[in-house]
Amino acid sequence: MKIKINGVEKTVDVDPEMPLLWVIRDVLGLTGTKYGCGEALCGSCTVHLDGKAVRSCVTPVRRADGHAVTTIEGLSPDGSHPLQQAWVELRTPQCGYCQAGQIMAAAALLAVTPKPTDAEIDRSMAGNLCRCGTYTRIRAAVKKAAGVPDDGGGT
Amino acid sequence: MRTIAVAAALAVSSCGARRAPPGNSELRPVGQTELRAVAEFETIRDRAERSRALFGEVARVLTHPRCINCHPSGDVPHQRMTMELHDPPVVRGPADAGVPGMECSSCHQDRNQELTRVPGAPNWHLAPIEMAWVGKSISAICHQLKDPARNGGKTLAQLVEHNGHDTLVAWAWAPGADREPAPGTQAQFGALTAAWVETGAECPEDQP
Repeated sequence: MKIKINGVEKTVDVDPEMPLLWVIRDVLGLTGTKYGCGEALCGSCTVHLDGKAVRSCVTPVRRADGHAVTTIEGLSPDGSHPLQQAWVELRTPQCGYCQAGQIMAAAALLAVTPKPTDAEIDRSMAGNLCRCGTYTRIRAAVKKAAGVPDDGGGT
Repeated sequence: MRTIAVAAALAVSSCGARRAPPGNSELRPVGQTELRAVAEFETIRDRAERSRALFGEVARVLTHPRCINCHPSGDVPHQRMTMELHDPPVVRGPADAGVPGMECSSCHQDRNQELTRVPGAPNWHLAPIEMAWVGKSISAICHQLKDPARNGGKTLAQLVEHNGHDTLVAWAWAPGADREPAPGTQAQFGALTAAWVETGAECPEDQP
């Protein structure tokens, strides 16, 4: 199978039903994407498949054959994506484990909705869990990256 | 006096028949996993009553959680036999397929995933809001199904084809993991829908 991963075409010889997450981490060695629940319930394994967010722990690699996958390592060449910058500036992560998935979900949102409302952010991010509870900083960082004023309101 | 008593008994009896679950009083009792065959409804002589009874059988599929869970009346699908709200908390979005970052296809594949138990079928999505069934009576769902404005623009013939052959509908009988399938088979469901249409596509009235 051929997968364009972060702009580079790779050939992988694996079981087509292998979860994409295993291929990304164990075969291709890109460990920025995290294994959380393994059942699509937490969002920590979120990557982009042809620009759309998928949960790589439940996505068989056959679905990525001939398609483009972007992981947190490929979101920008040097960590300069507006979301990554906002994440650093607002010191958004606590333990950090879920944050690659959070950023990839947010990037999928901003690609379609560049100036999201609080409600749109909440709807798109509702399935990305953070056990440290950094949700308010995540929303603030998404708004900062989008150039949307943040009044600090909401919960 | 005896004549009056008999007439009264008949009146009560026919009234009772109308009020019973649509025409099923004369039908063979079946378990919840089984559908009655079309032929079993031929004992109901009145065509319109037979049609209503056939719809009652069709509705056993429509209102099964495998089907109705994705015909929500709100913005969130249901799941499991208890029809609890979908977890993770997804919403229908503008095209009934989720929102950016949380699309149906973010998790659901073109087939059931054996190891992770995530159900899947081609074109996994929610029924549009005008096709919402949750919380509605059998009668209301029946009238809705016949209305092209609320059935995806389908003729009755297209509805028969949809119920009998659509691949997303088919998932209800092969839901994967330990999920309870819809009763009977899709072929039976299609045949029952066809027989309902052939008998006039009559709708049962709401029970008082």
